[in-house]
Amino acid sequence: MVFKLNNQLLSKIATGNGHGEDSPYFDGWKAYDEDPYHPTKNPKGVIQMGLAENQLCFDLIQEWLKNNPKASICTPEGAEEFRDIAIFQDYHGLPEFRNAVAKFMAKGRGNRVTFDPDRIVMSGGATGAHEMVAFCLADPGEAFLVPTPYYPGFDRDLRWRTGVQLIPVECESSNQFKVTRKALEDAYDTAQLDNIRVKGLLITNPSNPLGTILDRETLKSIVSFVNEKNIHLVCDEIYAATVFSQPDFVSISEIIEEEVECNLDLIHIVYSLSKDMGFPGFRVGIIYSYNDAVVSCARKMSSFGLVSSQTQHLIASMLSDDEFVEKFIMQNKKRLATRYSSFTNGLAQVGIKCLKTSNAGLFVWMDLRRLLKEQTVEGEIALWRVIINNVKLNVSPGSSFRCTEPGWFRVCFANMDDQTMEVALSRIKTFILKSKEAKMSVKKLCWQGSLKLSFSSRIYDEIISPHSPIPIRLSFEPELEPV
Amino acid sequence: MVSGGQLLSKIATNEGHGENSPYFDGWKAYDRNPFHPTDNPDGVIQMGLAENQLSFDLIRDWIKQNPEASICTVDGVHKFKDTANFQDYHGLPEFRKAIAKFMGMVRGGRVTFDPDRVVMGGGATGANELIMFCLADHGDAFLVPTPYYPAFDRDLTWRTGVQIIPVDSCSSNKFQVTKNALEAAYDRAQGAGINVKGLIIANPSNPLGTVLERETLKDLVSFINERNIHLVVDEIYAATIFSSSSFISVAEIIEEMDCNRNLIHIVYSLSKDMGLPGFRVGIVYSYNDEVVRCGRKMSSFGLVSSQTQYLLARMLSDEEFVKNFLAESSRRLNKRHSMFTKGLEQVRINCLKGNAGLYVWMDLHHLLKEPTFDGEMTLWRVIIDQVRLNVSPGCSFHCKEPGWFRVCFANMDDQTVEAALKRIRAFVCKGKEDHQEMPTKNKQRWQRNLRLSFSARRFEEGVKSPHVMSPHSPIPHSPLVRAK
Repeated sequence: MVFKLNNQLLSKIATGNGHGEDSPYFDGWKAYDEDPYHPTKNPKGVIQMGLAENQLCFDLIQEWLKNNPKASICTPEGAEEFRDIAIFQDYHGLPEFRNAVAKFMAKGRGNRVTFDPDRIVMSGGATGAHEMVAFCLADPGEAFLVPTPYYPGFDRDLRWRTGVQLIPVECESSNQFKVTRKALEDAYDTAQLDNIRVKGLLITNPSNPLGTILDRETLKSIVSFVNEKNIHLVCDEIYAATVFSQPDFVSISEIIEEEVECNLDLIHIVYSLSKDMGFPGFRVGIIYSYNDAVVSCARKMSSFGLVSSQTQHLIASMLSDDEFVEKFIMQNKKRLATRYSSFTNGLAQVGIKCLKTSNAGLFVWMDLRRLLKEQTVEGEIALWRVIINNVKLNVSPGSSFRCTEPGWFRVCFANMDDQTMEVALSRIKTFILKSKEAKMSVKKLCWQGSLKLSFSSRIYDEIISPHSPIPIRLSFEPELEPV
Repeated sequence: MVSGGQLLSKIATNEGHGENSPYFDGWKAYDRNPFHPTDNPDGVIQMGLAENQLSFDLIRDWIKQNPEASICTVDGVHKFKDTANFQDYHGLPEFRKAIAKFMGMVRGGRVTFDPDRVVMGGGATGANELIMFCLADHGDAFLVPTPYYPAFDRDLTWRTGVQIIPVDSCSSNKFQVTKNALEAAYDRAQGAGINVKGLIIANPSNPLGTVLERETLKDLVSFINERNIHLVVDEIYAATIFSSSSFISVAEIIEEMDCNRNLIHIVYSLSKDMGLPGFRVGIVYSYNDEVVRCGRKMSSFGLVSSQTQYLLARMLSDEEFVKNFLAESSRRLNKRHSMFTKGLEQVRINCLKGNAGLYVWMDLHHLLKEPTFDGEMTLWRVIIDQVRLNVSPGCSFHCKEPGWFRVCFANMDDQTVEAALKRIRAFVCKGKEDHQEMPTKNKQRWQRNLRLSFSARRFEEGVKSPHVMSPHSPIPHSPLVRAK
């Protein structure tokens, strides 16, 4: 039987690249997958620094689990609840789960605000939450403003299946990448001119990838902006409890309780336990909306991505334990602060700076602009490939976050132990020192034109790395030819 | 200021969630007055929920004997960190292997499944939506034989923009889907400029409780092959088959006939076969590599919790347990089905002859005052308010003929089944008595009045009864809360 070929067998969504995985950004991941670092088995492998995971406090969790067997429906103590939990598929979620999450959200904000459990809606991780919010607030073709640099997954989460657009609001290093009113207005006006209807603004606070928090004035300005334009404000606060040093985190929930006049129907928070608790595998995404219609609609939609009742049960138990939660939050901050400090001090020793206003998140925003051969995206990618293939660190280039200035890199530090971090630092130091040496040797030979060219091309020649079948462009073994 | 209506999306403000149908009054009645054998013996018995609660003891025993299956026990906690961290959309390899093996065992080992084709979805709800996003554009259509699971309207169309084209079936041939009906529906749609992308069918059927015969399955495969459209088979009730006739999966059929496998996809779940709806284990199994690739990326929106993947990987890898579970679950469902249908037969209530599922498809058209859907709704309200059973009226399944009701029997214990049967018997017998007492010429007038006054009185009583909330959710929840 001859089968018709049909290019349109699948949907446009399926055959397009809205999933976002075709970007060169993923080469770093492939390099890691093919050659993953292990302290003993593969000490020369690629160290994963592209994953914003929080692995610093699992010991506390494990200890809690041992002391609280009833939190699980699989222990002898908890098994009597197995049946009731296993059949529970109510999209309101277990009441104790909602109560516990509301309480945890408050504690993560220093108890400066309270959250209403009835406004808590579940989703398939923060990934599912963002998509769900987009489905609730915008029609296909409509747009959200998003300050750059932003989490690459937004392109997929907010746009892929929804048909919603993202309009970048450009932020610059000259003012620490702050979101300015002017930038917001410019982006909004540009959209209007292009006949694109802006439905909202999405901010991530604390920021990924910057690791900074929004100050009170900026938040108020943002609230007044959205109110004026009558557009939504979606605040992704999934890093709220990773703020490890002053100033304190200010949640949008605090701003709207204060002086600012605000239509609460415009305000929504996306939350998750993936970063604050380190549980990305558990897919605990939360939408918290001040708009009743959104809560009602999102709740119905949450059927597409409810949290496993087994997990709801565990989380409910864990996060209801006030003493544990307080201790965890405090330790989490402390360990993040220590790790951040060690890492940035190590970097500073070889003259590498990170965004100085960062005080949150699981990563640094590293400034490598002066290492670029050319101040362009191509220059950034070229440097990035050197870092992956020669320094053997998977870091994330700023262009993947749509940063408008080349040379910035997000480097994660909380998904590894101290030893691995030391190894990473030592590799970075070696690389920087070598590159300084190379620069000095080159200067000594007194050429300007042709050798520099051949030096560059030698470095940037395309070779096939023994580790990956994908042609990777860089080798950093300077073989200088004397003039 | 622009009003709230335009503030939200069209999807948020339309009725695509499907919850505004009168169908949900039954749920409200249950929530307000739920049956409890001792605390509220006159309450509404929930027979509108297709849940499999008959074999939890087997699962509980297994869990007790296998503490390392949990990442929270002393035996398993060393795996907590790696598992909690694991968000790879490929899923835990051992989970995929276990699911593939389980699916094979459910089909009696007659086919094997490739773990690399197993893609996660947020329950069958998420899986059904996911496959639509992969196969159809906004405005495209899928044929769906009636009667069908009400929430398909939400799952397949709400956020996807895909349309459903019902393909009607009749009781005269036991609601089987026919080639003629499919062809007619397809041609009509194409003629109207609607692009039909595929056919989706549940096998075993919800709400019929029947399985597709081999010839019918082959006809379906030929039908879609000829037109180069997709076939999605929702096999989530595969292991609920309780009589000796075997379930035939589309996976078996495509081994027997020429077929473009790129068109074949299975939706699966553990909600019915294992009785674990809370765990949100939805699966898309596609024979089309591109769909697997794309589906996998999309699964990020509804991955199965790694904690749950871990548990089920171990449970479903235990072949002996699975074998025993499937056999015992089948046996208990068969027994319950038998008990229930025999009880109904005693009062001359017949059901469609079924051999799977967690419910019967009950024929009450002889009890209708008028053979219309209004008549069906009226009878249904009587059943809810007076007989105090939440059953599901056929119109909510888009059944073309009034008078059919889906009645679930596997979400309760034997005593509750008896209580339900007793009430049904009482209702039917009273109806007969009342009917016999009245002289014919007054009957119509009496019936009209009685219907109204009978209903009104009982309804008032229902409203006045004590406000008892379900122990599970203090918030009166909408019925699509608990799907199916």
